[in-house]
Amino acid sequence: MGGPKNFALRLLLIAAFLVVWEAVVRVFEIPMFVLPTPSNVFMALWRGITSSLYVDHIWITLTETLMGFVVGTSLAFLFGTLIALSRPVEYFLYPFIVMFQSMPKVALAPLIIVWFGLGLASKVVNAALVAFFPLMVNTIVGLRSAEEDKVNLMKSLAATRTQIFWMLQLPNAMPYIFAGLEMAMIFALIGAIVAEFVGAQSGLGMLIQSMNFTMDVAGQFSVLLLLSMLGLLLNGIVMGVRRRVLFWDASQKFDAEAAKKEAV
Amino acid sequence: MDAIAREAAPLARDVIAIRHLSKTYGRADGVVALSDIECTVADGEFLSIVGPSGCGKSTLLKILAGLLSRTSGEVLLNGSPIDGPRKDIGVVFQSPVLFPWRSVLGNVLLPVDVQQLGREKMKQRALDLLALVGLTGFEHRYPWELSGGMQQRVALVRALIHDPAILLMDEPFGALDAMTREQMNVELQRIWMERRKTVVFITHSTSEAVFLADRVMVMTPRPGKIDDLFEVDLPRFCFNDVMTTEKFGVYVRRIRKSLNAGGGLE
Repeated sequence: MGGPKNFALRLLLIAAFLVVWEAVVRVFEIPMFVLPTPSNVFMALWRGITSSLYVDHIWITLTETLMGFVVGTSLAFLFGTLIALSRPVEYFLYPFIVMFQSMPKVALAPLIIVWFGLGLASKVVNAALVAFFPLMVNTIVGLRSAEEDKVNLMKSLAATRTQIFWMLQLPNAMPYIFAGLEMAMIFALIGAIVAEFVGAQSGLGMLIQSMNFTMDVAGQFSVLLLLSMLGLLLNGIVMGVRRRVLFWDASQKFDAEAAKKEAV
Repeated sequence: MDAIAREAAPLARDVIAIRHLSKTYGRADGVVALSDIECTVADGEFLSIVGPSGCGKSTLLKILAGLLSRTSGEVLLNGSPIDGPRKDIGVVFQSPVLFPWRSVLGNVLLPVDVQQLGREKMKQRALDLLALVGLTGFEHRYPWELSGGMQQRVALVRALIHDPAILLMDEPFGALDAMTREQMNVELQRIWMERRKTVVFITHSTSEAVFLADRVMVMTPRPGKIDDLFEVDLPRFCFNDVMTTEKFGVYVRRIRKSLNAGGGLE
C-alpha cells in the first residue's frame, strides 16, 4: 500500500463519508440534538476555538493529563522496580496489587472527587491512578526479562547487583517500559476526562457534560474531535521519544523498515 | 587418572589446578554432574574438553567461571580458590550475548565499564583487539548489523579486553555453520599464538578439539568424569594441512574410542 494515488483515494473516502453523512442528515431531517451535520460540527469547532473557550479547557485537560501521567508513571516505575528486584516486596504487595488490578480504576473517580475536591488535584490523582498499572506491570515484566546468558555474562565479570540493574536489566526493559508509557499516556487522558465528568469546573470532559445538558450535540462532537487530536498528540510525543531511545529495538526496526518500504 | 594428569602437565607453572572436584545437583542423592575431576592447566596452555551433552563439561566451565558452587574438592586459579565470579576470567558463551543497545566498541568495553578500568585508557586496546579479529571499521556498528561469525568475534574480543588470566570458552562456535566454524578455528588459533592466553575450550567436535588444543580432555557422562587426557603433538598451521595428516586421524579416533566406550556416541 502507500503511494500518492492511494493517499488521494484515502482522502477521497473521508470526503465521501462526510458528504454522505451531511446528505443523510438533511434528507431525512434528523434533528440537530440527535445527529448534527459535519458542517455544524466544524462550525461549532470554529466558534469554540476563535472565542478561546476551547483553548482554556484544552489547556486544563492537557495539564491534568500530563501531571497525572508524570506522577502515575514515576510511582509505577518506582514500585515496579522494587517489586521486580525484591521478592519480599513482591510477596507482601502482591495481594494489594491483585485487588487493585482487577478493579476498574475509573470506578474510583467519585471517591477521588470527594477526597480531593473539584479542582486540579482530583483530576491529576485520577489520571495518575489509571496510568499507574500498565506501566508498573510492564516495568516488572521488562526488568525480569533479561536472558540468563546475559545475566551470567555480567556475573562472570564480577558485576555488582547495582551494575547488573543499570547496565543490563534497565536498558533491556526499555521496550517494555515504552509500551507501558504509551498505554499510560492514553490512560491518563481517560482518567482525567472521567474525573471531569464526575465533578469539575473546567476541562474538556466538563465541557462535554455541560453541552449534554444544553443538548448542544454539535458542540459535543467538536470536543470529541479535539480529544482524539489531543490523544494523537500525546501518543506522538511518547512515540517520538521512544524512537530516539529505542533505536536498537528489533521490533521497532521492523516497523521502521516496513515504513520505509511503504514510503517507496 | 592422576598419573595421566601429572605426566601431561607441562613445565610452566599451573594457572588452574582442579583437585578432586565433584558437583552434585540438588541434595546429596541428586544428579552427579561431576565426579572426582583432577586436572591442571599450565600457563599459556590450550586445553580442549570434549564430551557428549550431559557429561558435565558445561558444569565444569561454570564452576571455573565462578557461576556455580562446587560440592567438594578444590579449584584454584593462580593459587587462590575460585569461590565466585572473579575479575581475571574471560568467558565466551555459545551465543555471542551482545547487548543490542551497545555498539561493537561499547560491547567490547563492557568489562571495562563493569570493572571500572577507565574507558579512555582501554579504548586503544579495544581497537587493537578488534583489528586482530579483522573488525576494524565496525566499532561503531551495532550487533544486529553483524553476521553470526562477526558477533562471536566481538564476544571473543570482549572476553580478552580486561586481559584475564584465563579464557573460558563454552562451545563458542557451536551455533555457527561449518564453513564459518572452520574459519573461526583458524582465527582463534592465530590469536592464541599471538597472545598465548591460557584457554579452556569446551566443544563436542572432536576435530575442533584436536586442531586447537595442546591437550585434550575427554569426558563421559553419568557421572561426569575424565575418561582420557592426552597431549596433542601437531604442528600449528593451516587447517586443511593438519586435518589430513595421519596423526590428526589417530587423535580423533582416540577420542571417539573413549566416547564410544563411555556410551557417549550411539
